[in-house]
Order: sequence, then structure tokens, then C-alpha cells
Amino acid sequence: MIVAEKKTLLEVKDLKEYFYINTGLFQTKPLKAVDGVSFAINKGETLGLVGESGCGKTTVGRTILNLYKPTGGEIWYDGKLIKTRSDIKAFRKKATMVFQDPYSSLNPRMTVADIIGEPLDVHGLYKTKNERRERILELMNYVGLNSEHAARYAHEFSGGQRQRIGIARSLAVNPEFIVCDEPVSALDVSIQAQVINMFDELQDQLHLTYLFIAHDLLVVRHISDRIAVMYLGRMVELAAAGEIYDHPLHPYTKSLMSAVPIPDPKIARANQRIALTGDIPSPLNAPSGCPFRTRCKYATEQCAESMPEFKEVSTGHFVACHRLAEIN
Amino acid sequence: MALLEVNHLQTSFFTDAGEVKAVNDVSFTLDRGKVLGIVGESGSGKSVTAYSIMQILAGTGKIVGGSVKLDGQELVGAGEKVMKTVRGNKISIIFQDPMTSLNPTYTIGHQLMEAIMLHTNRNRQQAHDRAIEMLRLVNVNDPEKRMKQYPYEHSGGMRQRVMIAMALACEPDILIADEPTTALDVTIQAQILELMGQLQKELGMAIIMITHDLGVVAQMCDEVIVMYAGSICEQGTADEIFYNPCHEYTKGLMRSIPTADTAGTKLQPISGTPIDLLNMPAGCPFAPRCDNAMKICIHHCAERMTINKAHAAACWMNVKKGMESGEIVVESTEEGGDDRG
Amino acid sequence: MQKKKFTFHVDLDSFIPASDAEKEYLVQMRPSSTFFKDGVKRLYKNKVAFVSFIIIVLITLSSIILPMIWPYSYEDQLGVRPGKPVDSSYNNLKPFEYGKTEEAMIEAGESVFPHVFGTDASGRDYFIRVIYGTRISLAVGFFASIIVLLIGTVIGSISGYFGGKVDLIIMRIVDIIYSLPDMLMVILLSTVLKMTLAPAIEGTPLASIGSNIISLFIVFALLYWVSMSRLIRGQILSLREQEYVLSARATGAKGSWIIRKHLIPNCISVVIISAALQIPSAIFTESYLSFLGLGVNAPMPSLGSLASQALNGLASYPYRLVIPAIMISLIVLSLNLFGDGLRDAFDPKLNG
Repeated sequence: MIVAEKKTLLEVKDLKEYFYINTGLFQTKPLKAVDGVSFAINKGETLGLVGESGCGKTTVGRTILNLYKPTGGEIWYDGKLIKTRSDIKAFRKKATMVFQDPYSSLNPRMTVADIIGEPLDVHGLYKTKNERRERILELMNYVGLNSEHAARYAHEFSGGQRQRIGIARSLAVNPEFIVCDEPVSALDVSIQAQVINMFDELQDQLHLTYLFIAHDLLVVRHISDRIAVMYLGRMVELAAAGEIYDHPLHPYTKSLMSAVPIPDPKIARANQRIALTGDIPSPLNAPSGCPFRTRCKYATEQCAESMPEFKEVSTGHFVACHRLAEIN
Repeated sequence: MALLEVNHLQTSFFTDAGEVKAVNDVSFTLDRGKVLGIVGESGSGKSVTAYSIMQILAGTGKIVGGSVKLDGQELVGAGEKVMKTVRGNKISIIFQDPMTSLNPTYTIGHQLMEAIMLHTNRNRQQAHDRAIEMLRLVNVNDPEKRMKQYPYEHSGGMRQRVMIAMALACEPDILIADEPTTALDVTIQAQILELMGQLQKELGMAIIMITHDLGVVAQMCDEVIVMYAGSICEQGTADEIFYNPCHEYTKGLMRSIPTADTAGTKLQPISGTPIDLLNMPAGCPFAPRCDNAMKICIHHCAERMTINKAHAAACWMNVKKGMESGEIVVESTEEGGDDRG
Repeated sequence: MQKKKFTFHVDLDSFIPASDAEKEYLVQMRPSSTFFKDGVKRLYKNKVAFVSFIIIVLITLSSIILPMIWPYSYEDQLGVRPGKPVDSSYNNLKPFEYGKTEEAMIEAGESVFPHVFGTDASGRDYFIRVIYGTRISLAVGFFASIIVLLIGTVIGSISGYFGGKVDLIIMRIVDIIYSLPDMLMVILLSTVLKMTLAPAIEGTPLASIGSNIISLFIVFALLYWVSMSRLIRGQILSLREQEYVLSARATGAKGSWIIRKHLIPNCISVVIISAALQIPSAIFTESYLSFLGLGVNAPMPSLGSLASQALNGLASYPYRLVIPAIMISLIVLSLNLFGDGLRDAFDPKLNG
């Protein structure tokens, strides 16, 4: 993995994304999918974003690409604020997305060549048909497909191959930044490894920066430089990958790490699981103050009153918890 | 005598496009109180094996050979009447997706009581009490209130607990869990697995855990079967399989998993794509993807070979290693030398 | 020592690692097959749909070809010749019966083509009138369907994709149109248009088609697109959430691109099925309008108008009603069965 040059490529400041749900006649209630998230990604690095259902990680990824209009907060790319239509248009040539479901992320009626070439068509990135064909073949080469596959349809391929097609599509505009939304979750273990390796290689070859959203903690650890943990729309911890696994500070992160099943019988038997009671609350009824307090054994009144500040407690290690000192 | 004995089981699906040999000569035994893990990727036949045992195969699937003996009683060909007494009573199953396993139009209480009354001679009141008892057993808080609620009012973890309660209502000897935690979050998965382990000890029942997650296997299972394309690659105790894999596929799987040590390095994945069951090659089904495939692998599928008391594998590499280490003495091939030892 | 029983000879050479080429040859991709080809295969297996399709083709071909080669014409009153007195021996002939004049011609050695269905009260050959009427009915049904298809698809996709206020307004208009009693509206519109259109199109090529048919098309264009638009809107609403649409939006594609390239192509099977089932409905509408006298202008026959005219001599010549009725039924039934077959073959939802 390239040592990240310490230049901030993407910065997200206090991002909020609320969805308004109809709760009755003319009444709506906000579903706070993302509620004040701030972080920065450096050029060339991979930031892993993990969390369980309802944490908002997918929403963060989509809001960054303006698939949802942010309810609040700012998105800065390469030092410029992304706000107007033309900003977003230019941004879309630099930032793309790879989706989770290899079965629904490819149009069943389009050939592989057309799927991969769509971004070229939309942005008008070629002058002649030959140019387009050349570029599509080049992209297919990057992901290990050959020209024989260009005229086929998506349903003729396996999940892993479809994911490669999706990756090739995301590379069409020569992006600098790719949001990977659970790209390997739907794949078999042996295929996951192939695709993870491909992400690695492409990052080296094409100098890419990734926001890697996933729920499989072992995969995220492997590929990320730094990892951010989200819970119910808030970011609770952000640190280097090794730090998060070896020295987690937030109680949620600790229980999350201990819950991961390790594929090693001796370690698995010896693992002292920090069991969390209860279920994850629904984002519609997020608890006041710190959202984790309903399942946290260290919770106090202060936790119910106010949301803890997301602050840097040691170099590069951010945590949002009132009871940090007592827990550690 | 083992609780469940499966011998040379073969199940095929007869589709428009041809016969799909989903389960191809599978044999294993399950003892009382043990947890057996069946590991494989999509298309490996692990779920179909379980459905064949319970004979709940969808439309075009049929058991075309082999035997399944539960406590000495033969189930293949035994007929629906016998199977009705077995399902839910002696063998129960819970499925992957708790969202769709429960009927959204009936309350949880109704569904639980239905399962209980179907298999035991309880009246409504007794079934109601038993249902509450089961909900408490699976650590559902406030069971009286939950009984009156509908599935959509509950989270995935809660629904899975209700499924487990339904499955255990008749105290079966075997619980088959088909990817029970794949659709759940990690922390909820940990809760459910802990629950299953605890119940297993309390009730002394055997579990067949079908999963693709090797972490779950390592945590829960005493014995493991690794399947690929409908055949068993390797079977043995969990320790043996994880620390001494003897099949190229198992070795490949172990290498594909990212662990704490692999961070920053390249994984060594298995090359190629999963097999198309309609287009099966002759010989070992894993050969096209195997880095160490030999000429013999292309033409002949290896038979099951015993590695030691707790471990068997079907891979020619073991023969090669045996020949190299001198443990197998090879005679010339011109005449018909059969037994080698 | 490991105990092993080999049941066949083991060739030591076979333990050399296999080459990539050998492994490659084991696995090949299955031949390419698109969704369309699969669907056609399924359709072919459905015997009922296949037979219906053959019937439709036969009827269509005969309605196109037969009037060109048949010795009689649909409007030719055989007993009426300019300058000669009216010869009523041609009128009201039964099937295969010959009138007196014709018998005389046969005795004289001429060959007279038989009247397969007899003649009507004005001496016109009934068979060719039925065939011509089929042609009119099919044409009307087909073109009306196309109009409905185009309008319904455009409106439905705009409504479905953009949602919000646009959707709200369009759907309320749809509701209003739906709530109008359609027979009443059709008759009203036909009557009004008949009065205004006839003078307007006189002298133009449209006059030969007849103002009634044009008013029929206008009626369809105004009223019958609603069910198609609702159908399309529903499809689009569900397709809109697919990840490939999301991906196109992430690329920066505009709404029109997405509708054109992603949404509509994935609706095509539904659209075609709906259109196929729309044709018999249009034919039926045209038939009853003609029956009521609001359909095609005389002397052009339509199955409905033929049925209407047959009512007069029903007791003596029942076949004059029965034949067009059977024809309508046959066309509508075959198209419906074929449409069902299309749906079974192409509708992805039903195939799991």
C-alpha cells in the first residue's frame, strides 16, 4: 500500500442527511440517517467505514456523491467546496462509486461494453467510435476481462465477474476518488479475495483514493489505512486500522471487535466476548444524547443529555465518548 | 450408533437446461449433542444436503440415491407420513432470512402456538404457556407482550430468536441452521450464536450449522465438512480442518480470508470462478481452479481417503505427498496391482 | 502406514502438475443467450400460444391478400350495372347457391366463382365483405393500440420518473379520465367529431379512410392511454430504485437519458404484452361502435356493421350474423391467448 501523501483530498464537515417519513396526515418525522459526521481522507489512502444496520454508512457514501441532497454540512474536494450544479458536474468526473449488489447494479438489457462505456457517453469523453471501443477494452483489461466478453450480457456472468464490470465502469472517467459501497459483501469468500486484491492493485496502478464502506470487519482491516466506526448516524471512533483493532477506545468499538468471529478455533474459544444486550434502536427513534447509551454498560446521565464531542485524543485517533477516561 | 447417518446421498434438480447434480455422493455421521458445520460457497450443495435430509426440496429436486438414517430409521423413500412425524419433531430447521421466514399476517404468538399444537398434544392454553416458556428460553424479554405482536414490529435478531423458539418447541434431536446469522449484524450474530451454543448444551441437541463463514465455524463447530460443487472435499474435527487442511480447496479458502496478519499484503485467492453445475468437468470439480492440479485430477475424481482417525479428504495431493514421504509404496502400473499400502 | 485401496491403475505420469491449457479446456462459457431468445423458446413451448399465433398470422395474411385476388369486390353490388335494369337474382343468395342469372351463365359454359358465404341483401359477395371487414378491424385495432402505447408510455414514464408534483398532477388527470363513463364518452365524441371532421377532411387522402375511423383514433388517443400509463408508471417506480439507475445518476446522467436507456428498455416486455392485449380490446370497441352505427362509413364493411345489418333478416339468414360474430370471437380470443402466452414467456416476475 502506498504511504499516503498527507494531502487532504476529501473533507466532510458536519454532514447531515435527514429523510422525512410520513407519520400521519401532513405530519412528517425526520429519519436522521446521518447526523453530524466530519472526517477527512488523504490522497492515496483507503478510509474504511464500518457500522451495523442503521448506522448511515451507505448514506454517507451516497450523499458525498450527491445522490442524496445533503440536509446540512459541507463537502470539500481538493480544497474546493462542492455546492453548485457545475461543481457537482465536475466532481462527478473525479469521484465515482462501486455498488454492492452485482445483480442489480448492471442493466440487464445492456451489453458489457455499453455498461462500461456509459460514463464515457454521458460525459462525452471520446470523439470517434474507435476511441470509445479502445478505451472500453482498456478498462476491461484493467479488471481482467477480455474482448470476448464485450458483447455479452450481464446475466451471463458470475457475481465476481459482474463486480469487475462494475469496477471497470467506475474507472471509465479516470477518477481520483472512488466510494466503494460494500463491494464484496455479496460475493463468495474465494471471489472476495480476488476482488480485494484487484482493488489493491488498481489503487497502486492508478493512484486512487478509496472510501471503503463495509460491514465485514476482517475485510476492512485488510484493505484500509484508517477506519471510522459509525453508530446510528454518528461517527464514534476514527483511527489507524491497527489501532482500531488492537486498542479500541469507544465501548461500541470494543464490543464490535470482540463480536467478530475469528476463523481460528483456538482463538475463537478463548475469545472473551463483550456481549451487548438489546437490539440496535431504529434511526427514527434514536436515543437522546449519545445514541449508544441504551446498550452501553458505562452510560450515565450525562450520556443522555448531550452528544459527546468527536475529538482527537491521540495523534490521528478520534473518539466521541463522555466516559473515555473511566473506561480506559 | 450415530444419531444421523448419511450415506452416498445424491440429489439432483431436473431443470429445462438439464440435470443439475446438486449433491453428489455425500456421506457423514452426526452424533448426539455434537455441532457439525457444513462449509461451502454458493453452488456447493450444502443447503440442498440439509433439505434432502428433511425432504423439503423445491419442485424439481429429487433424491436419486443414497440413504439417510435417523436413529437407525431410514428416511429416504419412507414417505410423507413418516416425514411429517420427523419434521419439526425430531429434526427442525431455521433459515437464513428471518424477514421472510415468518408469516407477516399472523402474530408471533399465533405462529409459535401453531408449531407447538401441530406436533404435540397440547390444547391452546398449554400451547400458550409453552410458547411463553420457549420465548424465555431464547432470551426474549417481555414474552407476553411479544406474543401479541406481528413480525414486522421486530428486528432481525428478534425474529431469528422467534424462529429458534419455534424450531425448539418440540425439543428436536437435531437442529439444522441454514446460514442463520448471515443476514444479521455482527453484534446480533454474536448474541444469536451464543444463544445457540447455550441451548445446545442445555438441551443436549445436535446442530448442523450450514454457513460460508469460517469464523462462525471456528467458534461453534466440533466437526466440519467442506463441500465444493456437490461433493465433500474434506471432513474432520474443527482443529484438524483449520490447522491441517488436506484438500487444495480448503487450503485455498484459508488463504483467502483476510486476517490480522494479512493486512498490507496481498491475499492469495483461489483463481477462476465458481463452477457451473450444468457444465461439470470430468474429474475433480475443483481442478480447473486448483493451482496444484495434476494430470490425474483432470480425469479422475479422487476418492475419500482417510488421513487419520479424525480427518478424511478427497484429494490426490495427499497421495502425492504420501508417495514422496514414502508412506505409500507404489507398484508398477503395467499389471493390475490394486491394493497398495 | 496409510491404508488405501485404489480401484484402478495409477499412472505415475498422471501426478505431474497439469498445464493451464488442460485446465482451460475443462471450462467454457455456455453459448450466449439473451433474455429475448430465452423468452422466444419458452413461447414456442406453449402450444396454446403458438396455435393462437398461427391463427392470427393466417387471419392477417388472408385479410391482406384475399381482397387482392378475389374475383368479387366488397362494394360491388352484383345486380346493379350502369345502364341495365337492377337484377335482383343476385340478392340474398345462400352459401354456394347460384342466382338465376348465374345459373344461366353456368349452363352457357362460363365459370362462375361460387359465393362461399352467399350474398347480402344488396347483392354483394358476403365472403369478401367479411374478409374486408376483418382487415378494417385488424387495422383499427393495431393502429389504435400503437397510439395508446406511445402516449401512455411517454406520460407514464415522465410521471413515474419525476415523481412529486408532476406525478401528482398527471395521476389526477388519469383519475378523472378513468372516472368518465367510457361508452358514453366514445359515443359523444364520435358523434361530435363526425359532424365536424367530415367536412374538414373532404378531398384529402384521409377522406378515403373515413371520418368515422379517424374520430375513432382520436377517441382512443384521448381516452384509452390511461391504463397503459398507469402500468408504465408502476414499472418505472419499481425500476427507479434499482442500483443501475443509481449508478447512472452517480455518473451524472440526465433524466431523459435514464428513462431512455435504462427504464424503458426494461419495461419493454410489459409494454409489448400490454399492447398485445390492447389490440383485441380496441377491435372489440370498434366492433360495437360499428354495430351502433358509429363506426366505419358505408359501404366499407366492418365486422360490427355486418353484424348489425344482419339483424334485419335474422330469421331467414342467421349465418349473416353468426359468421362475423365467430370472426370477432376468433380474433379476440387468439390475440388474448397469444398475449397471455407472451406474458408467461417474457414477464420476468412470473418466472422466479
